[in-house]
Amino acid sequence: MYKILKNDGNMELTLVTGIDPNSEGLARAREKGIATSHHGIDAILEDPEIKIVFDATSAKAHKLNAPALRELGKLAVDMTPAAVGPFVVPTVNLHDHLEAMNVNLISCGGQATTPLIHAVNRVVPVHYAEVIATAASLSIGPGTRQNVDEFVRTTANAVQQIGGAKIARAIPVFNPAQPPINMTNSVYAVIKEEFDEAAVIESVQSIAAEISCYVPGYRLKGAPFVDYRETPWGRLPTVVIMNEVIGAGDFFPTYAGNLDIMTASAYRVGDVYAGHFLGVKEVTR
Amino acid sequence: MKIPRLTDTTLRDGDHAVSHSYSPEQVRTIVKDLDEAGVPVIEVSHGSGLNGSTIQQGFSIHSEYDLIKVAVETAKQAKIASLFVPGIGTSKELRKAAELGISVLRIAVHCTEADVTEQYFRLAKELGLETVGFLMMSHTQPARVLAEQAKLMESYGADCVYVVDSAGALVQSGVRERVSALKEALSIQVGFHAHNNLGLAIGNTITALEAGADQIDGTLRGLGAGAGNAPTEVLVAVLNKMKIETGINLAILMDAAEEKIVPLMQSPIVIDRGNLSSGYAGVYNSFLLHVKHAAEKFGVGVSEIMEELGKRQAVAGQEDWILNVAVELAEKKGLKI
Repeated sequence: MYKILKNDGNMELTLVTGIDPNSEGLARAREKGIATSHHGIDAILEDPEIKIVFDATSAKAHKLNAPALRELGKLAVDMTPAAVGPFVVPTVNLHDHLEAMNVNLISCGGQATTPLIHAVNRVVPVHYAEVIATAASLSIGPGTRQNVDEFVRTTANAVQQIGGAKIARAIPVFNPAQPPINMTNSVYAVIKEEFDEAAVIESVQSIAAEISCYVPGYRLKGAPFVDYRETPWGRLPTVVIMNEVIGAGDFFPTYAGNLDIMTASAYRVGDVYAGHFLGVKEVTR
Repeated sequence: MKIPRLTDTTLRDGDHAVSHSYSPEQVRTIVKDLDEAGVPVIEVSHGSGLNGSTIQQGFSIHSEYDLIKVAVETAKQAKIASLFVPGIGTSKELRKAAELGISVLRIAVHCTEADVTEQYFRLAKELGLETVGFLMMSHTQPARVLAEQAKLMESYGADCVYVVDSAGALVQSGVRERVSALKEALSIQVGFHAHNNLGLAIGNTITALEAGADQIDGTLRGLGAGAGNAPTEVLVAVLNKMKIETGINLAILMDAAEEKIVPLMQSPIVIDRGNLSSGYAGVYNSFLLHVKHAAEKFGVGVSEIMEELGKRQAVAGQEDWILNVAVELAEKKGLKI
């Protein structure tokens, strides 16, 4: 919500809907003069003007919402791990799915790390990739806590599909340190053949710069480097990439970069689709 | 004093110390001895829990399912347990271990994050497993917080909750407070898992028993992550002296420790600079070998990495921060990366 209000893009925010009339989110939307409803998805389905819907419910709820939205021709930008539609990461494949009516944003760890693996993989094939996504305990809500399996499965799938890794693992870590830590991610990409290290590092640095255009707090922590590790496939070079995401502080505290990268990516996806619907030619950066 | 239930975790915590290299044959030999000696529970899995074979934690040479299978086949009286860390393992690996015949699942999380264990406690109970909650890095939180977290685990179906001194950073007063608080708050059993960084693994375990602990852990020869654990054979000897009849055969354990475990050790487990600085800074014990690797690669000291990890409040599973800290320390010193 804050990102749409703050940016002068292709979208207009017409409705914020939830299921709890007393929710803080709805109260904040009303404060900003946005129409709200506590009738959930029904309020959206009744409004023919709404073309793009950001679904931040839960995987279970989204699976119920998706067919109804599709039937009415509304684009669903799915921020849950439901993965009904194709995975989308703005820097990797946004333009591949412009005709899809449902796109999925994977997970915070997926948005932060799959483009980094893609950046390695476009230079040299990644045999195995492992992602460690670490966030402050305070920034992890009950939905994620009650279903860690879902995060692991969805993120690992995206490391393969978006990142291009042949084999993938994704592991979340919740750290309760005080003061709370910023979101940090580590990527290990195991390479089985000889490759140009400098080209890999340059490719990773350039995609990180692209991501920081729509997630301003996104940065690499130091340059990627190569470490040799014992693996089930022998002693192999492993590209190690470390990243930090600091939130914009629009609503969540700045340490919650994991939440910010989801809303920032959703905004970017929504804006490009809105431009596509409106027939606006995208300005090349 | 009551007779505690002893879990030997040589084949789980000790997995860190042998760099995840246990073979099915080694597991068969060690389980046979522990089982004959009368040890009631034997834990077998990757050191970081089921599915822990990763770059972050270290790849296993043999499939842990093969190791679990051999352990289940070999044990005549002992129950086989596995460790499970949510996020490293998922329901899939939990089900698989249950199918292979483990009887006990020990579910481990950082000691403030008990609410991520709910789905796994419920699944483990559905599958008919005995369940134990493992509150890792217990030194970082006061007794009151641990008791609250333990109560959550109890509400999800835990049969026992452990105070886990992952960093070997607790002294005896700290153990007493924490175990007593859990005993008071819970109607289920309470356990204690020690590490020896401050030379207190046996002493702390006895203190835990005095405070009412029902379950304790050991490893043959203390073979475990970092400074290692309370040696199972020493624990049994001490309990014998205290007239606490565990019924466990000390002679078999001593022989197993000397003849089966010592040959597997990459180096003697002693409280050297790395282990002492780790315990003193309150850093997770399985970080040790990863810290040594990073120290060598980036030309910085083991102790300074440990100190910084302690300051940053790293938790279990954050081996990636070791690299980050080493890089930053090297940069600060003007070393070329």
